[in-house]
Amino acid sequence: MRKISLIALVLFGALLLYASSGLPGHGDPDGPSHRERSRAGSPVAAAHYIRHAQGDAASPNIVTVVLADYRGFDTLGETVVVLTAGLVCYLILRRSP
Amino acid sequence: MTSSSRNPILITASRLLAPFIQLFALYVIFHGHFGPGGGFQGGALLAASILMLRLSVGAERSELKFRKSWGTPVGALGAMIFAGTGLLTLLLGGRFLEYHFLPLPDLSRAELHSTGILLIEVGVSLAVMAVLVAIYDDIMEGPGGD
Repeated sequence: MRKISLIALVLFGALLLYASSGLPGHGDPDGPSHRERSRAGSPVAAAHYIRHAQGDAASPNIVTVVLADYRGFDTLGETVVVLTAGLVCYLILRRSP
Repeated sequence: MTSSSRNPILITASRLLAPFIQLFALYVIFHGHFGPGGGFQGGALLAASILMLRLSVGAERSELKFRKSWGTPVGALGAMIFAGTGLLTLLLGGRFLEYHFLPLPDLSRAELHSTGILLIEVGVSLAVMAVLVAIYDDIMEGPGGD
């Protein structure tokens, strides 16, 4: 059983490596995430962010603008996740008086 | 829980380092608009400075900086600052987290967005700092502890 899982693991790794050879390079202007429109014809978000981030939020850091403004609701969820982790540690680890 | 070894070099070095780490954390939080940084990273740095004091000078003295009982409430306060900013814009006629409805005069729409981002970064940093310190305190106190 271990041999079979090992072989499956190696095969899957080889498949992933083979698939990664088809990815676009870093900063490739023709990559799918850098296009104006996707193959289906819908507008791609990244181009909108890069074009409008500084004008929308007076901040040259596009990452911050995406994190806290365009995706602010998502970041609220992340903060609640962190807080939930703290509360769970409190509930499990602290002995009740 | 007190630290068993009171090494004066460790105590002096950590007490000297802690304010500078905290200052750098504030820089990371408030400079997040212009460079790498933001609430999560700055909160982790603040927590690192407090945990360093917890480890070196002992839990009792480092409680002068941040009490054990503050962890969970301050974390909740941070999340509430974030959610409160969103609810404030919601009450003032905008959508959730639509920062240009914040009630601050003499600021353009883009500057209001920048201010709103700063507000929620402060909330995130408070939550991250307090929760990291609280998890450490919970583990140290633990079911096996006193």
